[in-house]
Amino acid sequence: MSAFPRTPNTRPLPNVGLPTDPDYEQRLAEFEARIEAGEKIEPGDWMPYEYWRQLVRMISQHAHSEVVGMLPEGAWITRAPSLRRKLILLAKVQDEAGHGQYLYHAVETLGVDRGTLIHQLLEGKAKYSSVFNYPTLTWADVAMIGWLVDGAAIKNQTMLAHCSYGPYSRAMVRICAEETFHYKQGKEAITLYAQGTPRQRRWAQDALDRWWWPALMMFGPHDKDSPNTPALMRWKIKTKSNDTLRQEFVNEIIPELMAVGLEIPDPDLRYDEETGNWLIGPIDWAEFWQVIRGNGLMNQARMAARRQAHEEGQWVREAVEAYARRHQARQAPEKIAA
Amino acid sequence: MTGQLDAQLQQALADRLLALADDEVILGHRDAEWTGHAPILEEDIAIANLAQDEIGHALIWYQLREDLTGRDPDETVYFRDASAYRNVQMVELPKGDWAFTMLRQYLFDVYERLLLDRLVASTHAPLAEAAAKIRREEIYHYRHTSTWVERLALGTEESHRRMQDGLDRLWPFAAQLFVAGPGDGALAAAGIFPDLSELQQAWEATVRPFLEQAELTIPQAEPLTVGRERHTHWLPILLGEMQVVARVETPETAW
Repeated sequence: MSAFPRTPNTRPLPNVGLPTDPDYEQRLAEFEARIEAGEKIEPGDWMPYEYWRQLVRMISQHAHSEVVGMLPEGAWITRAPSLRRKLILLAKVQDEAGHGQYLYHAVETLGVDRGTLIHQLLEGKAKYSSVFNYPTLTWADVAMIGWLVDGAAIKNQTMLAHCSYGPYSRAMVRICAEETFHYKQGKEAITLYAQGTPRQRRWAQDALDRWWWPALMMFGPHDKDSPNTPALMRWKIKTKSNDTLRQEFVNEIIPELMAVGLEIPDPDLRYDEETGNWLIGPIDWAEFWQVIRGNGLMNQARMAARRQAHEEGQWVREAVEAYARRHQARQAPEKIAA
Repeated sequence: MTGQLDAQLQQALADRLLALADDEVILGHRDAEWTGHAPILEEDIAIANLAQDEIGHALIWYQLREDLTGRDPDETVYFRDASAYRNVQMVELPKGDWAFTMLRQYLFDVYERLLLDRLVASTHAPLAEAAAKIRREEIYHYRHTSTWVERLALGTEESHRRMQDGLDRLWPFAAQLFVAGPGDGALAAAGIFPDLSELQQAWEATVRPFLEQAELTIPQAEPLTVGRERHTHWLPILLGEMQVVARVETPETAW
């Protein structure tokens, strides 16, 4: 269960086909016909190795992003400026933990268990969304993350709800419903602050200035620089490209941000009458790759926090196991057991 | 409804509601500190839930108090200094390890569950109605935290030691939950709020056998019996963090 092979020489699951299999071409044709017909691929169904590998990569990165994504906002729960905001933020961060949980389960349907994935994350071998390697500097950042970062995530996840892999698609349907609440509360708060006291207005603009570009980078490199896109689109793991999604997002959000009186931090931004698109200036991809390589402002702190929680929780997990062994016969396991 | 209470009872009830609310908001704050840092992902979810419930209960008690005094809940939370808080010291202590957190929550949950069992019969209808609403969540808390206490106490040598250390530290503090304030005698006589010494007996009758069955030793230490106006230095540190954003603006500012 814990193998995570990198080479197609190893078959991770009996239902995963390798290009060297004698019936590979025939089964691949059948598989692609099913996808073309709009059928969902389910756990246990035949799938080519590359499909399996891409799903494990994407879903596990997504799961890690939810778990690491608890940290930037979670840091403000204790400082939320009203009881209502505190309750909303707690519920939001709780949802993120829940999303991590469903997504780890989705990867488990591909034969890779959560323990293996968490180990990879803590070893620094797994990726997660770079946006969480930026710091949250004021309370307004929490609201801006809801509006921009969750807004961008919804764009991506609404697309992934049409994914050809059944468990991922279904997880996305459920997650999108909750993300919509995250987006709404963020937008509602920023709308209030953008028209609030001078400090609240300053915080709202400052939050937009710092989160705008990282949010746009969430859609990933331009299509021409995205080596995984062709395979992902061919097998309908993704149904829209990075640039298409990014353009849809900016077209929707720019008028909304302007409507509340915020200034988009892009001197090259212009509206193209012909296509109806907002055209953004160049994205600083050097920064993007720097953050991915671990040199963002918060990469080390995020991993240190995850590792600390894991290490400090070790004795708890051991105790849970020891107790379960001693009391297996006496008591049915409850849902809180690991 | 406030017209049914004379001024003295109204003051006594407002004071008691403040104590209830302050306990929950501070305990909720300590629980919330675990969000994103719990030992198991499922517990990140559960502890965020506990924190939301406690803070949600605090809001209910603050709102009942607002009906009596006109004091806004957020202003009460964010614009009071430590000396004006009326929570017990047990809830303001730092979060400690998972054993300490679960044990504190368990000791508090038993108290709260037994209190709510009695409050649903309060002669003051708004209090009885609020108690009925909160009680459903508290039953879940009790089940969750009692399971954790048992599991850690009977888990490994290390988890047992940590749970015993937690109990040695928390046990004397727990007694403060039952210290009566100046108006509590009148509230009990009017059937508005239960008698705290009876509540303490019921609490001990529940927690003592449970902890002993989990092979924990109840310490002989002197119980804390000071009033709720007395605090440790942890409270102003906690409030410094909790109030830092709200206090950059006036209490009237909308967030």
